[in-house]
Amino acid sequence: MAGRTLYDKLWDSHLVKQNSDGSSLIYIDRHVIHEVTSPQAFEGLRLANRKPWRLDTNIATPDHNISTDKSERDAGVAGMTDEVSRIQVQTLDDNCDLYGIKEFKINEMGQGIVHVMGPELGATMPGMTVVCGDSHTATHGALACLAHGIGTSEVEHVLATQCLVAKKMKNMRVTVNGTVGAGVTPKDVVLAIIGKIGTAGGNEHAIEFAGSVFRDMSIEGRMTVCNMAIEAGARVGMVAVDQKTIDYCEGRQFVPKGEMFEQAVVYWNTLTSDADAVFDTEVVLHADDIAPQVTWGTSPEMVSAVTASVPTLDEQPTEEKRKGLERALEYMGLEGGQAIESIKVDRVFIGSCTNSRIEDMRAAAAVAKGRQVASSVKQVLIVPGSQMVKAQAEAEGLDKIFIDAGMDWREPGCSMCLAMNADKLGAGEHCASTSNRNFEGRQGNGGRTHLMSPAMAAAAAVAGHIVDVREFAGGDQ
Amino acid sequence: MKAFTTHRGLVGPMDRANVDTDMIIPKQFLKSIKRSGFGPNLFDELRYRDEGQPGADCSNRPLKEDFPLNFPRYKGASILLARKNFGCGSSREHAPWALEDYGFNAVIAPSYADIFYNNCFKNGLLPVILTEEQVDVLFKEMEAEEGYQLAIDLPSQTVTTDSGHVFSFELDEFRKDCLLNGLDEIGLTLQNADDIKAYEAERAAQHPWVFGAIK
Ligand code: SF4
Repeated sequence: MAGRTLYDKLWDSHLVKQNSDGSSLIYIDRHVIHEVTSPQAFEGLRLANRKPWRLDTNIATPDHNISTDKSERDAGVAGMTDEVSRIQVQTLDDNCDLYGIKEFKINEMGQGIVHVMGPELGATMPGMTVVCGDSHTATHGALACLAHGIGTSEVEHVLATQCLVAKKMKNMRVTVNGTVGAGVTPKDVVLAIIGKIGTAGGNEHAIEFAGSVFRDMSIEGRMTVCNMAIEAGARVGMVAVDQKTIDYCEGRQFVPKGEMFEQAVVYWNTLTSDADAVFDTEVVLHADDIAPQVTWGTSPEMVSAVTASVPTLDEQPTEEKRKGLERALEYMGLEGGQAIESIKVDRVFIGSCTNSRIEDMRAAAAVAKGRQVASSVKQVLIVPGSQMVKAQAEAEGLDKIFIDAGMDWREPGCSMCLAMNADKLGAGEHCASTSNRNFEGRQGNGGRTHLMSPAMAAAAAVAGHIVDVREFAGGDQ
Repeated sequence: MKAFTTHRGLVGPMDRANVDTDMIIPKQFLKSIKRSGFGPNLFDELRYRDEGQPGADCSNRPLKEDFPLNFPRYKGASILLARKNFGCGSSREHAPWALEDYGFNAVIAPSYADIFYNNCFKNGLLPVILTEEQVDVLFKEMEAEEGYQLAIDLPSQTVTTDSGHVFSFELDEFRKDCLLNGLDEIGLTLQNADDIKAYEAERAAQHPWVFGAIK
């Protein structure tokens, strides 16, 4: 028998029942809940007179809607000025209280963006199935778990049954070997992958990221990569267990201790693809070919090296591509052939479940230290991903560095990643953003998003335009 | 859940690839705690000239006249004809809710993003997959003929044009069953409660750390 992939192993170990119609019943170990995609699910439970199947599987927190402004946050849920949002966050609190679901409330230590919170509390562990009503749930796959986003009907399904009706996906392996150069971060690696395979490249696949680049990467870096699997079309992104995975988990709040931890480690160490496992699709990139990346268009696949230029219409191979590019350039207010580094930025956003962990904060601070935000830049938002990240950053004095540079140090939440709260772009404004989507209007109606790494975004804040962070190396670090 | 068997209706276009869920229903409308009422805000930024606000009346908002679904000839469309990778982006089920609330019963496209595709079936909305060439044929016919209609038959898995094309499409058997019968999936899963409990017992013995930690 051929060996099994990591995905095969995770799938097999959660299979409750194989149905004759080709579907499967899959057991869910961990369910992460937030305010936006859960109210209708709880409502559905109530209407059908059902109760959650299990309580010790769920963990909830508000993140999408909440203000990142300190004075508003200090006033708690009751002080939320957007009435519609306030009701939604209050509804989450009420539902969690009613059913007895563990929630980290708006200003509690532990609160944070769902995909920052889960791993840092140890609620996510290797070998688990993890779901959340949010497409970036793949983030948790950095810890070798099977994690993916679900819709609200499935949130209700998991609450009521602890299972999902699913169909097995295909296996894809993305291998990046070599060693990345200075200034090239996990964000650049994943953007380069998306640039290569496209936003639909991973459709119907679970991706395993393999090769020396991911082995050398920290767990937080792997989270950044897995986070954007969905931007390559894959619901699932994963990295196999190694010693880093185990070291990351040890000592976290919900991770077992002592003998049970040792028992878990024995199992976790089996969570790698067998050497003879066969993947349906293989993609290979080389680290040497990856420079710092920047998106110039309205889809994450519209990405180039920072040193490149915006593509031109007459380079396009098909009419459809030409039309797509024309529309993107018009929306973005760019000319084909224009140097990426000539793009001026109006605002900068450093945060989101892609890049708001402590290593991201440190990388941005290393660039910001001793420098000033360019006078043409209206706002630089630094939004830590969780209360724990915020506390750690403040303990290291990073908040001071940002504030001294003229940046805003905010409270944890999703913020301008999706602009459901007051943090948003004005029409026509360009933003250097460490988030994951550059869709039209994503960061505000008419806003223009350029995705990049935290270091690149901090450098853009200082320069006032997109700039190659490698030019900043050796500065004030 | 709402069932789908057959449908004949007016076809409306969304002629671009990679239509994402932010385009289908922008985030400000996700603050609602309801499942209904998203139709007037479907494609909000493409459809209106001003910025939409949740809860606001849309009947007097200025329309973008060049947005095809605003053309009088597509008023009342119940089948959306779209391009590849439709519904990419977030997991928001508000996207199928908005399409359904607007009046669409089916979408036809060469491919869909996985989560969106899955979410459609939970809401009685049929996402039909045809080849790019077939979708091209339908776009051409639709543009040429005002009042262009299509007939979709789920039992036989076909899309039929008045000009005589019959295009077959594939979908998973279990999804087809659920949609045809409008089945309550949670109720179905709960029929397996004993299997789920047996799985849990075995798992708790093997991997006890998965249980009990979160209180
Ligand atoms: S930070 Fe952005 S992508 Fe991540 S969960 Fe929040 S809204 Fe979604």
